[in-house]
Amino acid sequence: MTGPKTLVAAVTAGLVATTPALAEKIFVSNEQDNTVSVIDGESLEVIDTIEVSRRPRAMALSSDGTMLFVAAGDDDVIDVIDVESHDVTSSLSSGPDPEVIRVDPNRPYIYISNEDDNIVTVLDYEARTRVAEIPVGVEPEGIAVSPDGAWVVNTTETTNMAHFIDTEAMQIEHNVLVDARPRHAEFTHDGSQVWVSSEIGATVSVIDMESFEIVHTITFDVPGVPREAVQAVGVELTSDGRYGFVALGPSNRIAVVDQESYEVLDYILVGQRPWHMALNGDETRLFTTNGVSGDVTMIEVNSLEPVRSIPVGRFPWGVIVVD
Amino acid sequence: MFGTARTEVARVRRAALAGAICAGLAAAIVGTVGAAPAVAADQLRIGFIGLERGDREPVSLLDTVVEDDGAQGARLAVEDNNATGRFMGQEFLLDEVVVARDGDAAEAFRGLIADGAEWIVTALPADRLRDILGTDEADDVVIFNAGAPDDAFRNEECHASLYHTTPSRAMLSDALAQFLVFKRWQTWALVVGNSDEDRLRAEAIRRAATRFGGRIAGELDWPHTALARRAEGGFHAIQREVPVFLQDLPDHDILIVVDETDYFGEYFPYQTWRPRPVGGTQGLIATAWHRAHESWGAVQLHRRFEAQADRWMTPTDFAAWLAVRAIGEGATRTRSVGQEEIVDYIMGDGFQLGAYLGDPVTFRSWDRQLRQPILVTGPRMVASVSPQEGFLHPVTPMDSLGHDAPETGCTS
Repeated sequence: MTGPKTLVAAVTAGLVATTPALAEKIFVSNEQDNTVSVIDGESLEVIDTIEVSRRPRAMALSSDGTMLFVAAGDDDVIDVIDVESHDVTSSLSSGPDPEVIRVDPNRPYIYISNEDDNIVTVLDYEARTRVAEIPVGVEPEGIAVSPDGAWVVNTTETTNMAHFIDTEAMQIEHNVLVDARPRHAEFTHDGSQVWVSSEIGATVSVIDMESFEIVHTITFDVPGVPREAVQAVGVELTSDGRYGFVALGPSNRIAVVDQESYEVLDYILVGQRPWHMALNGDETRLFTTNGVSGDVTMIEVNSLEPVRSIPVGRFPWGVIVVD
Repeated sequence: MFGTARTEVARVRRAALAGAICAGLAAAIVGTVGAAPAVAADQLRIGFIGLERGDREPVSLLDTVVEDDGAQGARLAVEDNNATGRFMGQEFLLDEVVVARDGDAAEAFRGLIADGAEWIVTALPADRLRDILGTDEADDVVIFNAGAPDDAFRNEECHASLYHTTPSRAMLSDALAQFLVFKRWQTWALVVGNSDEDRLRAEAIRRAATRFGGRIAGELDWPHTALARRAEGGFHAIQREVPVFLQDLPDHDILIVVDETDYFGEYFPYQTWRPRPVGGTQGLIATAWHRAHESWGAVQLHRRFEAQADRWMTPTDFAAWLAVRAIGEGATRTRSVGQEEIVDYIMGDGFQLGAYLGDPVTFRSWDRQLRQPILVTGPRMVASVSPQEGFLHPVTPMDSLGHDAPETGCTS
């Protein structure tokens, strides 16, 4: 089970829907406003703004799709939002400065990077207990869980590594050195690779899950944009194995990468400093958070065109689509 | 050792820490990086030289008296390097020396080398750095200058062993000038202190004016030498004295105070004859590092530093941190602790150090100066980061700050 995204894909395929994603809602965390904006998938307008704890960044859905977890770095908590009512129903103690969170597909666990403490914390969100604390390198940031739940990948920004954590033993088994300041990690949907972006290095390292070695390094060269403005942050991969999307931060672009050949196919101009992205259920739309311009760009995946920009709060950081 | 106060505390502390980490983690680490489990095998020893603080205290009571300027930055970077090193089978060691005011920096330098340091980080002013560069041993080690902003060391006095992680006076002055031109505050008046450093900074500001289109409408020398940290009621005199001192200056957009030693500049904001902002070395300043800087993950570095040092990170701490991190990055990427391999790497195209400044920082080939963005900041909030948009450069906008390749006077 990989959560609601797959579910929606199955449903829409069955109905041959022409108007996609009718009931979808897009949740956007606004880092500086201490809010989460809720965008209606049909009207593409903000229909609600939820007050959360301070400095909300990464978000993740519970496996059953009913709860949205929001990491609030300045309050050391994870807020739990009911995705139907938009109420903050509780807050989980997360350890210091939670930044990125991901949910285990098999167990009620949240993996948390604690940026200030050089640890990855594992929380049981049902029992509300701390399962493990795993020491990693300096400034843990990106977290990814393999589709089968066997591996957690954590990137550390100053150590410049991807740490591979065995989720049974809850300890590091492999370390792979990547380019400077690694940010985001994302598994391909078949679990055979993990893509790790490096903000300062401006690359994506594609790491093979058999050999735990880098099999390819994707580089970006945006015409007319200074090299320093090209920084790789968010990564989103389509489940059909076709596209990889990489948010290039201050260059204001999203790179479109061929998942097979690793060739960069296009650069899509969006708002200012895109950070993270999310595909909708049937993967016809890609939403980007543009931190500096305070908006979300909606890109049509078929045409690779940006078609709508939606103002949200200040410094939108994370985005997640819920059906 | 004569003239120096030697401390072994850092080394002892470090060895204990590395041991604890290895005991806790070595079993868990399989060697995807490095063939063997990460037992610290390769050691790299860095020496740090600071200078005993002078008698004068900062003029504002809000400023803490810093006794270990630079050393704390080097210590934090050694911790950061060792966090990676434990996965790589590399261990970084730091030996620290603080040279007494009447001590001999060259002697301290030789002592560190005799103890095995191949890398030296200095938080020293120009005259002490010059003493070190004059030794025969200077040819055999790599020296990172984290304390002297003097442009001479990037030009006619450059040395093949000398690298700079602290920005030069020209870089700081250019960074401020670009922001003022962006603001269209192009007419400046200068008040210059009477130290040699102030005169050098004033020269750099005049150079920046010429480069970026500033105009210096008038200039005054502050006639007084340093006073004691003010006793209560100091403002009574200042409130009368400063406006009168400034009243004959031609009109200007900003008053630039040049006071590197910080003995009068802080008295000028709000006391000017004309209602004008104050910048330069006080007020709106250009600096490599500042507590108000919060972008690009900077808060993470502030927090790590403050947890260790129990005070704010100074620009000298930051420069020392950068130096030790550059060494660490070179060791990580080359998987070597060899001096030659690391130097080749950090001067090569592949080197990119994350410095919490948005852009990766790298070394200039012509004078071994770290090219770095410069903060332009008020006392409590960052106003901007230079280079400013619109100041074009054929290679990188960062080279619009300081002495660019065609201008360099460095030949070694």
